[in-house]
Amino acid sequence: MISDVWIIATASLVAISCSMVGVFLVLRRMSLLGDAISHSVLLGIVLAYLIAGSRSVVAMMIGATLIGLLTAWLSNALHRVSKIQTDASIGIIFTWFFALGVILISVYAGQVDLDQECVLYGEIAFVPFDTVIWGEQELGPRALWIIGGVFLVNLILIVLAFERFKLVAFHPALALSLGVSVSFWHYLLMTMVSLTTVASFDAVGAILVVALLVIPASSAYLLASSLKSMLWMAAGYAQVSVLLGYAMAVWLDSSIAASIAVMAGVLLIVTVLLLQWKKQWRGSQVKEAMLDGKLQ
Amino acid sequence: MMMGDFSPYNPSYWALFVEFWQLNDPNAVWVLIGSALLGVSASVIGGFAFLRKRSLMGDALAHAALPGVMTAFILFHANTPILMFLGAVTSSFLGLFLMDWLPKNTKIKPDAAMAITLSFFFALGLMELSYIQGLEVAGKSGLDKILFGQAAAMLPHDIYLLSIVALVVLAMVALFFQKFRLIAFNRSYAKSIGLNIPFYEVLLALLIVMSVVIGLQIVGVVLMAAVLLTPVAAAKFWNQNLSAMLMTAGVIGAISGVLSANISYMAPAMPTGPWMVVVLFILFLVSFLFAPQKGLLSNLAQQRQLRRQVCEENVLRTFYVLNERHPVNQDKAQSNIDLGLAFSEEAILAARGMAISKLKKTVQRLEQKGFLKRTDDVDGLRLTEMGAFLAMTLTRRHRLWESYLTEQLDMDTDKVHHYAEQIEHLLTDEETKQLEQALAQQGKRQDPHGREIPENHGMIANNEGTK
Repeated sequence: MISDVWIIATASLVAISCSMVGVFLVLRRMSLLGDAISHSVLLGIVLAYLIAGSRSVVAMMIGATLIGLLTAWLSNALHRVSKIQTDASIGIIFTWFFALGVILISVYAGQVDLDQECVLYGEIAFVPFDTVIWGEQELGPRALWIIGGVFLVNLILIVLAFERFKLVAFHPALALSLGVSVSFWHYLLMTMVSLTTVASFDAVGAILVVALLVIPASSAYLLASSLKSMLWMAAGYAQVSVLLGYAMAVWLDSSIAASIAVMAGVLLIVTVLLLQWKKQWRGSQVKEAMLDGKLQ
Repeated sequence: MMMGDFSPYNPSYWALFVEFWQLNDPNAVWVLIGSALLGVSASVIGGFAFLRKRSLMGDALAHAALPGVMTAFILFHANTPILMFLGAVTSSFLGLFLMDWLPKNTKIKPDAAMAITLSFFFALGLMELSYIQGLEVAGKSGLDKILFGQAAAMLPHDIYLLSIVALVVLAMVALFFQKFRLIAFNRSYAKSIGLNIPFYEVLLALLIVMSVVIGLQIVGVVLMAAVLLTPVAAAKFWNQNLSAMLMTAGVIGAISGVLSANISYMAPAMPTGPWMVVVLFILFLVSFLFAPQKGLLSNLAQQRQLRRQVCEENVLRTFYVLNERHPVNQDKAQSNIDLGLAFSEEAILAARGMAISKLKKTVQRLEQKGFLKRTDDVDGLRLTEMGAFLAMTLTRRHRLWESYLTEQLDMDTDKVHHYAEQIEHLLTDEETKQLEQALAQQGKRQDPHGREIPENHGMIANNEGTK
């Protein structure tokens, strides 16, 4: 029972952190860069394991963030130098990084505490067993503390620099003309994506992070009228996905992380269908009103 | 797998390499053929996705295949290749539909639609996979291989299917090549001649989906995008022409397929897909750096060559102006001026601002080419006969171009010099002649700054002049 609480708490923090960052990715039309970074941080994590020789959180964070930034920078550089389309440059770089990560795992299997499946699923069910112990006191799962820290970092950055993030997301050209360094905010956002991805790694795996980055933010994008409301709605969608997804996972005895991502998708589909239905209903209302001669 | 197994100093490793290429093992031969065929067909079909600026479509489609495979297994409790293939094609097609539908009918942008489709379908597939792992059914062991691909684990009947589909894809591309090309490059024209665009688009989509799906067993879901995308991106550096580009992409795909089959034979526990991707990336890097015309290194060399040429031409023109302004030539007609006077480097620098080190290097090159000569008495430089001729031609070209800009394009006299400086180095003889004809009609003899345009003394191929 208590472990259910830990799992749901961890998953909620993961989903809300992802959706916060995801809002900016969706607004800046960089969803695919989020996809790329969440794949390539794997290489950063493996390299950090090999260099630090242990599952050290600090090494993992540093490795993953550096590789995440390198992915963003390299795909941009490749696009500029070779004139290859942006999405193709992104695809070439991240598939290469991910392939290197998987090969390193195979070569050093047994030496690193990683396998290919955990790259995909993560194992949120094991989260409660790996706890932080301070003196005599057991302080709860390690993963919860990590994602909690990243959540706070994201929250503080977004609250403090809300206006800047807004400006860069909606009016990059204006920001540039005002002397705001767009590339600084771009790479800050990429750092936040990398940090969030690596912190979510234990819980939901590298690839499912994309679902939580993009789907709740997109659902919110359909409904929201301001950046603030979009952030709140995305967090709401993320939280509901966690609760429904966890219930579905228990019911079907399936992967918790995958079920949460599926639920996020189902909520998006429901939102889209409701909006379509509303549009049609409005359309027929207008038609009726016109036929009645109310609208002339 | 431990590290030791992959040591290049391990003799058994090389023995396996030799064994593979003796082609005695029929299973290895099949894997080889299958990988090569997949490499070719995926690379060729990927070219069309690349042209339509949807390079990551393959990524989304590969992820979208996963729930189809799992659903087919849940429904039929069987693991036959054809069943998996049909399931995967169906769900990839649904993914493609969702990816198109969302941006057209909602505010969601195409990139987000792609990421949504990819992650939602993938999550659905993983959820089903974990559900299947909990079931007590036979035949579920191979299902998770689809995530990373495992060429070595393929059975002959897997490869028959793969080969047939790859051949069908290639045949269809060959058959409908003209139509696909027309739609990719000139959609409105294709429409105007009454081509059934929706039909060919669906056909192309079907071919892409089929290539993605057969690639899953070798490369896996996660990395399939690279096989569609990287070969054609690499081929772009070698060719301009579409059919040549697709063939190059096919060759690159085939090489990566063959090499990864080889690697998976030598190290069956190694994931094949990632190795294929790494091989592809290396081939891409080689193309990007070393391709003769469009590669990075050749581009840099061309730029350097152009910068040198610009410096040389500027120095020669400066010589012409210095000669022209010299008191000795004051009252002479343009055709009679003496171009053989000597000037010091300081005088050149005063007339044309450039870094002194650059001037020294440029002068050195011009001396070597026989356009400039050092005079014996003072530390001066003068044009040789050949140099004088070239300097006159270059000045002529510069002044013609300036006149053209002011006369024909109504540009401001103060600005034309700047524009002329930028473009004149790229003018060919043919273009200079055209300029001359355009201006001759107006009887124009002077440049916008009131200086006379030198006579044509018979053109030399000026682009060869300083090269």
